[in-house]
Amino acid sequence: MSKQIITVLQLYPKDMNIYGDHGNLLVLQRRLEWYGYEPHIIHYNVGDTLPESADIIIGGGGQDSGQEVIHADLIAIGPKLKAFAEADVPMLLVCGLYQLFGNFFKTSGGKTLEGIGVLDVETHGTNERLIGNIVTNNSEFGDIIGYENHSGQTFLGKNAEPFANVIKGAGNNSKDGHEGARYKNVIGTYLHGSILPKNPLIADFLIHTAVTKKYGEFSTDIVDDLLADLARTNAADRPR
Amino acid sequence: MPHPFVVILGKAVRHAARLRGGGSALPGLFVEKISPDFIKQTLAQLPRGVVVISGTNGKTTTTKMVVALLEAHGLKVFTNRTGSNFTRGVAAALLGDINIKGHLDADIAVLELDEAHAVHFVKAIPPRYSLLLNVMRDQLDRFGEIDATAKMLEKIALATTDTVVLNREDRRVLAIKDVLTDQKVELFGLSDALLGDFPSDDEMRGGKLKATKRPDAAVILKKYSGNEATYQIADKEFSTTLKLNGVYNVFNSAAAIALTHAIMVDETDSGIVISTIATVKPAFGRGEELQVGGQPLELVLVKNPSGFRLGLKSFSAEGYATMIAINDNYADGRDMSWLWDVDFESLTELGVSEVSGVRAYDMALRLQYDEVTIGHIDRDLSSALHQFIDNNKDSPKRIYCTYTAMLALRKELSKITKVEVVS
Repeated sequence: MSKQIITVLQLYPKDMNIYGDHGNLLVLQRRLEWYGYEPHIIHYNVGDTLPESADIIIGGGGQDSGQEVIHADLIAIGPKLKAFAEADVPMLLVCGLYQLFGNFFKTSGGKTLEGIGVLDVETHGTNERLIGNIVTNNSEFGDIIGYENHSGQTFLGKNAEPFANVIKGAGNNSKDGHEGARYKNVIGTYLHGSILPKNPLIADFLIHTAVTKKYGEFSTDIVDDLLADLARTNAADRPR
Repeated sequence: MPHPFVVILGKAVRHAARLRGGGSALPGLFVEKISPDFIKQTLAQLPRGVVVISGTNGKTTTTKMVVALLEAHGLKVFTNRTGSNFTRGVAAALLGDINIKGHLDADIAVLELDEAHAVHFVKAIPPRYSLLLNVMRDQLDRFGEIDATAKMLEKIALATTDTVVLNREDRRVLAIKDVLTDQKVELFGLSDALLGDFPSDDEMRGGKLKATKRPDAAVILKKYSGNEATYQIADKEFSTTLKLNGVYNVFNSAAAIALTHAIMVDETDSGIVISTIATVKPAFGRGEELQVGGQPLELVLVKNPSGFRLGLKSFSAEGYATMIAINDNYADGRDMSWLWDVDFESLTELGVSEVSGVRAYDMALRLQYDEVTIGHIDRDLSSALHQFIDNNKDSPKRIYCTYTAMLALRKELSKITKVEVVS
């Protein structure tokens, strides 16, 4: 019997990949293989044709210059991405694309970059860089371990829920103790590290959601996460 | 001229710090605190001025080569040899070299400086020459973004009074050329054929560097295979056999030649340049080879994804036992994201014998996702090192290590073999 296919769409790997975002893709790809599925990876860059469907969508961080390069293209495909979100497609957006999946990003220079409004959040550029090791907690995923590095500060609107609450570090901004945002199966977060390797429960949430949505039931195979557990314990003890 | 009292006190602290086995920057910190003008006053005496070498990768080896090239041309050179490339590292090195009256017996100073510190340094002491190697992702947790790092290099270039030497193959470094009006510019580069060996951060996920129309360069690395290198220097070709290993070290030799050319101008002797380059060995920990139990052991410093990728590409795993040691101290960078931007597939076939360092488990986890077999994991560097040596007695060995892991491993290795003391 041929293997069941799961498509992973990576947004803008060419311009928004400066920060270990490849790690998130690699983790999804390998875990899908280890669970017995056949991952199909689609790299979507500026000017490409967006596929009609995708089982998991991920996107990463970029420099300010990278955000400007992709901005017009993202706005153009925004309505389609929004429709994917409404159709419960699991997504993970980190840092730069988390910001642009919100309503807008106002730079510290006063320029406003419009977002695609999948997440009801807004981001304001500052001169303060929130940087260092971070631990957050979410009732579904437990402790989430990563590294943050951003000068944009994000605030949630009334239609967004925080993805997690900060235990150690800054999170969305220096004020409210929230980290990231969640809408349906869309997760926006500032966590690098990369986030998925040391937080396999989040990787498995994306995979499990995609597989059960498409095929009804999920693999009975088990992935050995001993090294992830050891790396988590180790990382949680490191200074900021 | 620095106050003699400052010099004597500083020298005493340096002596005490070395007896204690301490780091190179401590006495410099001491002098920096009590006499902030110390470096400025001392360097102002030099007849041929100050040279600053900066960029993400290759500063230490390139500086070593430039010093060798200038010395071969008969100059007396002051340098910060330890790779302690913060301002206080320079102060510490100065304290070792000046006489008790504060006089520095040198014609020229060649200094490697960390990008962020160089910006402050050049404000106080404008260099006569600068060499800007590359801008790659390194310690983003310290600098924020690559474009911000490029801005730092631009400031160094703008503060330079005579000639700025730039890497033609790094688009951010090359762009600095366009903002310079008062300075002479010299470029170094690669032949189109060699470009493919140098993935840049921009092309990391989008392919390799492509040969586009680029401005002419004074020095070009034309060919490199085995240990044979061919350079084109001012339109003439020269070939030689090198002691350097690693394709990035060899590219840096082209940078060193270009800088020497900018400094010596008509006094440059191409014969001396080529014969000197042929004898230069890599700087400590940058492909440095030690002997342990009758087998070679190489130390390869890795501090960012591009450096690690080039290291894996430059040194074939075949016939070698491999150890990887990853620390996350301030000098290494706290963030582990960078490990996920390196492909370790070249190690899949033979596996990694030992994984160590403060972040050994992060490294091991990274290897798991490239399906690389791991022999043993031990966060403690010295016990891991001994385990690695014992498990691979009859095999040549190679250790990829971050900066502070390298310092610790060299110290441990110095107990069992000859390790060049760098101070």
